[in-house]
Amino acid sequence: MNFALTDEQLMIQKMIREFAEEVVAPDAEKRDKEKRFPKEVFHKLSELGMMGLPFPEEYGGAGADTVSFAIVVEELSRACGSTGITYAAHISLGGAPLNMFGTKEQKEKYLVPICTGESLGAFGLTEAGAGSDAGGTETTAVQEAGDWVINGSKCFITNASYAKHVALTAITGRNGGKKEISAIIVPTDTKGFSVLDNYEKMGLHASNTTELVLEDVRVPADHLLGKRGEGFKQFLVTLDGGRIGIGAMAVGIAQAAYEKAIQYAKERKQFGRPISNFQAIQFKLADMAMKIELARMMVYKAAWLKDSGKKFSKEASMAKLFASEACTSICSDAVQIHGGNGYMRDYHVERYYRDAKLLEIGEGTSEVQRMVIAREIGCR
Amino acid sequence: MNIFVILKRTFDTEEKISINNGKISEDSAEFIINPYDEYAVEEAIVLRDQHGGEVTVVTVGSEEAEKELRTALAMGADKAVLISNEDLDSQDQFTTSSILATYFKEQEFDLILGGNVAIDNGTGQVGPRLAELLNIPYVTTITSIKIDGSTVSIDRDVEGDVEKIETSLPLLVTAQQGLNEPRYPSLPGIMKAKKKPLETLELDDLDIDEDDVEAKTKTVEVFLPPKKDAGKILSGEIASQVKELVSLLRTEAKVI
Repeated sequence: MNFALTDEQLMIQKMIREFAEEVVAPDAEKRDKEKRFPKEVFHKLSELGMMGLPFPEEYGGAGADTVSFAIVVEELSRACGSTGITYAAHISLGGAPLNMFGTKEQKEKYLVPICTGESLGAFGLTEAGAGSDAGGTETTAVQEAGDWVINGSKCFITNASYAKHVALTAITGRNGGKKEISAIIVPTDTKGFSVLDNYEKMGLHASNTTELVLEDVRVPADHLLGKRGEGFKQFLVTLDGGRIGIGAMAVGIAQAAYEKAIQYAKERKQFGRPISNFQAIQFKLADMAMKIELARMMVYKAAWLKDSGKKFSKEASMAKLFASEACTSICSDAVQIHGGNGYMRDYHVERYYRDAKLLEIGEGTSEVQRMVIAREIGCR
Repeated sequence: MNIFVILKRTFDTEEKISINNGKISEDSAEFIINPYDEYAVEEAIVLRDQHGGEVTVVTVGSEEAEKELRTALAMGADKAVLISNEDLDSQDQFTTSSILATYFKEQEFDLILGGNVAIDNGTGQVGPRLAELLNIPYVTTITSIKIDGSTVSIDRDVEGDVEKIETSLPLLVTAQQGLNEPRYPSLPGIMKAKKKPLETLELDDLDIDEDDVEAKTKTVEVFLPPKKDAGKILSGEIASQVKELVSLLRTEAKVI
């Protein structure tokens, strides 16, 4: 048993923490208010070679491990949730499926620009009637003269405005009543493909969340990602990795909220003493510290299992579920400790609270995580 | 061009210093490359990229200092040398510069860069002492350096003014804030740092007898600065405030 990070992981943590504090954090509040995408942050992350973190060096990646990925997502999210989710989705939803299921040619064409940061990564799965229930997918891809002709729409797709291509799921055939779902890589500048950036969200305002509309979008047959009919299986695997990212985000936002809360509690005086003297506040802070520690351990464990080539679906779900629920409750308490000030934008914790809620929803709601865990422990 | 950087592992600038049994407590403290030495590392990398050659980072320190050397390698230095101080009972600026001089006498070097001062002991002596021992010119607190053949043009910070200096290689310089903006180590840099050569030398390897480099200074006492009381805010008419301030400076602070 060894709980220590490796020298490399420590160095990555130190570097990204400094970067996040100096480059990402200062304008986080402003970007959120103005709904401004952290473009310049991603330009700098690209220069630092961060955009292809876990992918092979031959495609321009850095060949780092999943624990390092979790560390980077945590630190970015601690500074700015919107930056954290953009990065996490870029890697685990945008890049990972190409890396896992793409051919060499596809990786050279589509994974390389993701690793260099020339394109952000995006993945088109969710539809109005389909998310974790992929059976509700309505988007279709029909073969016509060797091409795929795609029609349909996708919703809540992260990063697509900044992506040069999106891997998306579509019905490619039917076996009796059963839908055959496949993933297809579609360049975003293809005729008939529109990306709409119109959502009014509760939080994560600086991140890019879009609708995709596909009208007779035509791509060559070789744009199929992986095997035909395996789209469902592929996205389950993809989401397993993505959940580690969401868990890490939750740890980062919770850490930020906790740090603000403990600092405020020590400074804020009521009834002649700092409120951190009161047991009611102390117990809240103690619970926060405990939950963050536990959540981080679980995120690291899931990441470590993945790096060791072991099964990690259950642990990734547990990490995501525990960390995201802990994060919301920690952010709620952080606002509470700040009292009236906490409800104001200037104190940051209300932003953390708004950002946190998404983590209980994205990449499978808490309810779906419980379904995954229940299935993994043998319930039927 | 053979470029060397001498660097020191120091406390993180944000670390709170506490004293335990007459010694500065290092428990759970974070350590960094001395910030002025970081400017030196950055400048060395820039100069290498302009003129070719190799950057070697050297420290005299404990095994732990390997972390800071690896960080310099991740930033882009080519090689690192850790001269172990584990055999030493005491170490001061004399010790460090003597050890470094012994090391450098066996090296071919064109330029040695260091920080203007280390943020822990803050003596600013090791660089100049080393240059004296090697009998080469040195320029401290530089804010710009340009090399053309063997001519070196330097801007030196003198308490806010600039002194323009022309000198030649081989040379030792120490970096002042403003020389450059040190880069973050890139991720590929971090991944490659482990594979770059890091040599550890014992004093024996340099034929140094620890008695010969024994510290010339002795630490008599270590104490924290006195706690500052809250400041006084004067109020009222400006003219009367000025009067009050002057009288307080005379009678209370006794500085004029």
